Amino acid sequence: MKKLAVFLFAALLGATAQAAEYKIDTKGAHAFIQFRIKHLGYSWLYGRFDDFDGSFYYDDKAPEKSSVNVNIDVTSLNSNHAERDKHLRSADFLDTAKFPSATFKSTGFEPQGDGMAKLTGELTLRGVTKPITIDVTNIGGGKDPWGGYRQGFTGTAEFELKDFGIDYNLGPASQKVEMILDIEGIKI
Amino acid sequence: MSARNSDRHYGWVAIVLHWFMAPAIIGMFALGWWMRQLSYYDPWYRQGPELHKGIGILLLALLVFRLLWKWLNPAPAAEPRTPRWQALAARAAHGAIYLLLLAIMISGYLISTADGRAIEVFGWFSVPATIQGIANQEDIAGEIHEILAWTLMALVALHALAALKHHFIDRDGTLRKILGLHPKSVSSDNYPQPKATLTSATTTTSK
Ligand code: HEM
Repeated sequence: MKKLAVFLFAALLGATAQAAEYKIDTKGAHAFIQFRIKHLGYSWLYGRFDDFDGSFYYDDKAPEKSSVNVNIDVTSLNSNHAERDKHLRSADFLDTAKFPSATFKSTGFEPQGDGMAKLTGELTLRGVTKPITIDVTNIGGGKDPWGGYRQGFTGTAEFELKDFGIDYNLGPASQKVEMILDIEGIKI
Repeated sequence: MSARNSDRHYGWVAIVLHWFMAPAIIGMFALGWWMRQLSYYDPWYRQGPELHKGIGILLLALLVFRLLWKWLNPAPAAEPRTPRWQALAARAAHGAIYLLLLAIMISGYLISTADGRAIEVFGWFSVPATIQGIANQEDIAGEIHEILAWTLMALVALHALAALKHHFIDRDGTLRKILGLHPKSVSSDNYPQPKATLTSATTTTSK
């Protein structure tokens, strides 16, 4: 009986070698949540969230079953300028004292071929939950040199600041923010 | 007037420091409060904080000098009829004002230097960062800066009201002392009449 269980478990493991739950590698910092917004319409300003965690499910045989969950510590915002970061965390923007975290929960994954897909989900930011679509590309996946198995994606999404209740006026060219997402997961 | 304090009078250094710094500090509060409300496209959006930081650093240097000066020049004694608890409360309040100022200036410095940037003082010199990289340093320092600035203003209001009470209710020489005027003689005969001739402003209380 015990042997049978071990056998079944091993078989299951084999069968799911490609379909697996992955933990986003924030520990090794092989994952980045960045944003960019136009400054006065003259250049792009980049910032990122340093602390977040999450996981995803991915099966390269059935990518449409993919799903992802991410938790972001919004107070970890970093745009390489302390005074600006303080302002961005204040009630003028993200109000992190009231809303310290943001989450993304996927609701759908539509493969578009060539490793590309449209990932839809609910983004909760500044206490507002709205659906967003992320254009995702699977960059690659496979064994790593240290005995693990990894899978990585890049994605972009775009939304209006005011969609999430941010009405501070940065000028007409700066109403939209772009998210640039790069995640690598390690198979759990 | 002598530069140094005596046991009855403030010297001119203390008086000038007091009356130069008092409006500057209240102005700094107003500027700090005002500059935070400015819109991104306001011409003062960048200049306001530049001014606030520049004046703030200069005031910090002045405060350090003032504390040294105070250490070398004890304040004149309280007016003779002041109750002991009031004299002690006044000393505690003065000490608290100095401590608050120091803490406000240091916390302000820690906001702007949290990322390792130096503070530029009007293109004249810059003050480098020291403590940096504490998690969310700019937010914590900012919170402290704001709370202490309000506390300071409350204490400054109390301080000014106490001075006015001495002048108009107790009718003693407390306020006149820091104005560099001779102690008033009408309200008490605790003081020997000053030898110097009194100016007209000080002698109009004939009844
Ligand atoms: C006389 C002493 C000072 C007073 C009374 C004062 C007062 C204030 C006040 C009332 C604010 C607005 C707080 C808020 O609403 O969040 C403020 C903000 C600020 N102060 Fe000061 N301050 C002083 C000195 C300094 C110094 C020495 C520095 C730095 C060198 C400094 C840097 C700042 C910075 C960076 C802010 C934040 C602005 C922002 O977050 O938008 N302050 N100050």
